[in-house]
Amino acid sequence: MTCFETIQAYAFRSLGFGENLLPRTDFNLCQQFTLIGSGLIWNVYFGVLALSLGFFLATALALAKASPRARFRKPAEWFIFVFRGSPLFIQFFLAYSALVMLPRGGVEIFGLHIATSWLTSAWAGAAFVLFLNTSAYAAEIFYGALQSIPKGDLEAAEAYGLSGWSKFRRIQWPTMLRLAWPAYTNEAIFLFHATTLVFFSGFPAFQQRGDALYYANYFADKTFNPFVPYPIVAFYFILLTFTLIGLFGLVNRRLNRHLPSNTRSKIRLRPQLIR
Amino acid sequence: MFSFCADPKSLEGFSWLVCYLTSAKHVDFYWSFLTVLVLLAVTAPSALAFGFGGAMAARSPIAPLRWFGKTYTAMVRGVPDIVFFLFFVIALDQGIEWMKHQVVCPDWKEPIRQGLEFRVCPEAKVPSGSSAQIWHQLYGFALAVFTFAIVFGAFAANVLYGAMNAVPRAQLETAESYGMSQGQVFRRILVPQMWTYALPGLSNLWMILIKATPLLFLLGVKDIVYWARELGSAKTQAYAYPHPDWRLWYFIVLLIVYLCMTRGSEIILSRLTRRLSHGQATAAGEAMRRAAQ
Repeated sequence: MTCFETIQAYAFRSLGFGENLLPRTDFNLCQQFTLIGSGLIWNVYFGVLALSLGFFLATALALAKASPRARFRKPAEWFIFVFRGSPLFIQFFLAYSALVMLPRGGVEIFGLHIATSWLTSAWAGAAFVLFLNTSAYAAEIFYGALQSIPKGDLEAAEAYGLSGWSKFRRIQWPTMLRLAWPAYTNEAIFLFHATTLVFFSGFPAFQQRGDALYYANYFADKTFNPFVPYPIVAFYFILLTFTLIGLFGLVNRRLNRHLPSNTRSKIRLRPQLIR
Repeated sequence: MFSFCADPKSLEGFSWLVCYLTSAKHVDFYWSFLTVLVLLAVTAPSALAFGFGGAMAARSPIAPLRWFGKTYTAMVRGVPDIVFFLFFVIALDQGIEWMKHQVVCPDWKEPIRQGLEFRVCPEAKVPSGSSAQIWHQLYGFALAVFTFAIVFGAFAANVLYGAMNAVPRAQLETAESYGMSQGQVFRRILVPQMWTYALPGLSNLWMILIKATPLLFLLGVKDIVYWARELGSAKTQAYAYPHPDWRLWYFIVLLIVYLCMTRGSEIILSRLTRRLSHGQATAAGEAMRRAAQ
């Protein structure tokens, strides 16, 4: 098999297309690069889905936590505490064992038949857990940023007659994002790192369709040689990290565009936020 | 454990539950919490030591040492930590066996990597094939601890490197002008002052370490996650205590245990931060000075 044929056979193996059998003998670099890269599709899927949905829940949670009313504040505080205070690994196991307890055939609600079996598969169940998890971490970041909006900005907004929704939309939200963005970039990077846990935490890899680390682990188990597959995963993740820093850097530039260049906040990668 | 537990099938209600929760396997489960605590107690200081070494190496004037230190501090930034966990456990195991092989059987002719196998001479197996099960478990645990120390050492090196750079330059220059040598400046001025800058990062790291302990399960150690899965899975009538799938309840217990651990550490660490900020030239220290006036 030439390398081109390998790519044709395995490039979308993680989604169930192409060759059904994974390579069993004569492993070569091309196969490992292709399959592990194919698994990376799942990491990107989980990361992008959880981040893009989590952004909105995180904003809502941060506002609720900053609210003076206890009936909004308390639930938000508890949500953030539970998801930030416990290991993601346990959250995955907990979610999986809760989801398998749902009745197999589906549930009847008001005569409506709802299937439940799809919830136990990784693409739905694990994505849901990651969504809640990243919402909690990002909400804490946004809450911190919301608290450090300069008092003068808010007073100036009120002096201009802005209040309620328009004050939030024009002053608080953009400033919150600008202040939170470097930390949020970190959160995004470590969320992508956390997606590697999915197939090691109860969620089964249906028909051996797994993520990058799942295939790397497969190769390491088969060849007894950890020195090839794991560096390949590392290589892919470093690329992913740089891509993320680039993309988030563009947003950061836009958020800071009204400021003089020496006061702009720069994105610095700090391993401060992992699960 | 109790005498009335002799025939579990005849029990009901509360006494069934008492007997169930004190069965031999559950006692193993409770002991596995100790495994986690031992891991934390051993890993935290050794990771700190690794981190200190890494940060010192990254500041070193000798170029190769500096490169090593910089690589070590940078390695956890772009790559998921779990990749390192899975990698180091096998790599360390094979590395140790390879070194022992070089010493024990120097005239072994066959190559060690034969196709898909890693084969050292039988005498070089670690721990040796004839040793008791407990030694295999201890060896596995030691490898896991060492792996944790390497990975968390890299995180700690990041924090300590940042903290060393955060100590005001003027302090070091003053010390130099008093005629202290580089080593004296490092020991007497830099290290005592850096802790207050390092503490927020280190307390964060401690939380991360607590939350990383369930990963022991992936490294093949029989830890709390292993026992929770084992005990919680559905048991048929063939077992002494048959029950349906109870994994959910076991994981809820684990979740609560972890929440208590992180919450408790948070409270203790915030007290420690207050103590260390006392009299420091930082915003927190200044606020305390103002409040005391």
